[in-house]
Amino acid sequence: MRKLLALAALVALVASPAWAGKPRDQAKAEVEFGISVAQKGLWREAIYRWQKAVQLDPTYAAAWNNLAIGYEQDGRFDSARDAYEKALKIDPNNTLIRQNFEFFKEINDRANRDTIR
Amino acid sequence: MTARTATRFASLALLVFAAGCTTFYEITVETPIKAKLDTSAFQRVLVVGFVSGGSEDLDANIETVRLLRSQLRTRSSLKVVETDVLPLAEIAWRQAKETGTPPGAAAPLAAVPPAGQPPVAGGLSAQDPGEVPGPIKDEKDLLAYEQVFANVEFWKKLGEEHQSPLIVTGTVLFTPLARSGYVQRDREVIDPYGRHQVESQRTWADRKGFSLSPKFVFIDGRTGTVISSETFHEETLYDSAQNTPPLSSYFELMDRLIPRFLGTLSSQKIRGTRVLLR
Repeated sequence: MRKLLALAALVALVASPAWAGKPRDQAKAEVEFGISVAQKGLWREAIYRWQKAVQLDPTYAAAWNNLAIGYEQDGRFDSARDAYEKALKIDPNNTLIRQNFEFFKEINDRANRDTIR
Repeated sequence: MTARTATRFASLALLVFAAGCTTFYEITVETPIKAKLDTSAFQRVLVVGFVSGGSEDLDANIETVRLLRSQLRTRSSLKVVETDVLPLAEIAWRQAKETGTPPGAAAPLAAVPPAGQPPVAGGLSAQDPGEVPGPIKDEKDLLAYEQVFANVEFWKKLGEEHQSPLIVTGTVLFTPLARSGYVQRDREVIDPYGRHQVESQRTWADRKGFSLSPKFVFIDGRTGTVISSETFHEETLYDSAQNTPPLSSYFELMDRLIPRFLGTLSSQKIRGTRVLLR
């Protein structure tokens, strides 16, 4: 119940016209909301939120990272690769993003390997 | 937990430590992997039979059909057609005999028609092939039977009898292996101070086991043509003192292949862990 209330408060905050701060702040709110819904398994909503976040602030590496994960879960491998590459271009030394990307590449390679002869 | 998974967790823990004050959330993702073969045109699958050879201790044709059917029943959206298992080696041999190139007569491989074309008369042998096909011992023997997969009319007719399913057939070679070589064994030793220690030792050993080489051929039951084929190879070796029944080895080896076989026909989900960032 407490979690639901917190989620509702977050929705209200994001939707509020008062929340018209800097693009990074707005993007952060979207990212946080996306994380909270992804944790509940609502990946479509999460992807939508992270897409909004990268539109608001295209230099936000964490948003690109999360979006890439959302695309992975959705089976959109090309979009996931693009998003990971954008995240790493912005923040090349981020070991967490790099690790996510390595795991993704392993699965993506597996999907592309074993082509039918 | 495999060593690989353990390494991943360890590396993830290290990364988390290295990430310092970054806010992150670990999350489980299930990545969908599409089936390699587009089976949307089919509602049924018919695992019809295999040309099998190698060990005489088990009927690799019947066992493979049973196993694949049971796997497809539970892990595929296609309806599995239940029919008698075809003795495909005999059928192939009979078909080849009609065209004058029976496998037992050691027909030249050049006479085997390419995929998608019906078998043609040619490469006639002067030898009398006899009335029954000889035993299939190795890959070379199997090759001579492969022309059956190119017999479009045969597969088309079979497809018509079963409402145009996706036909799964192929070859299966299950052969005994015997190898000698160095193996690494762990041995517990007590050092001069009375402490127990584990020591790795390389020793020469005779080992025996089995190899399994299936080739799965997928045929369009509407047209009788081969859509695709996939070849696999797996081996298992045991200590020579260990008496493992051939059927157990067969299932052990098929267990390794089944996910790849199913990945051809149905989509799969791979579970993994990723880190969401704030």
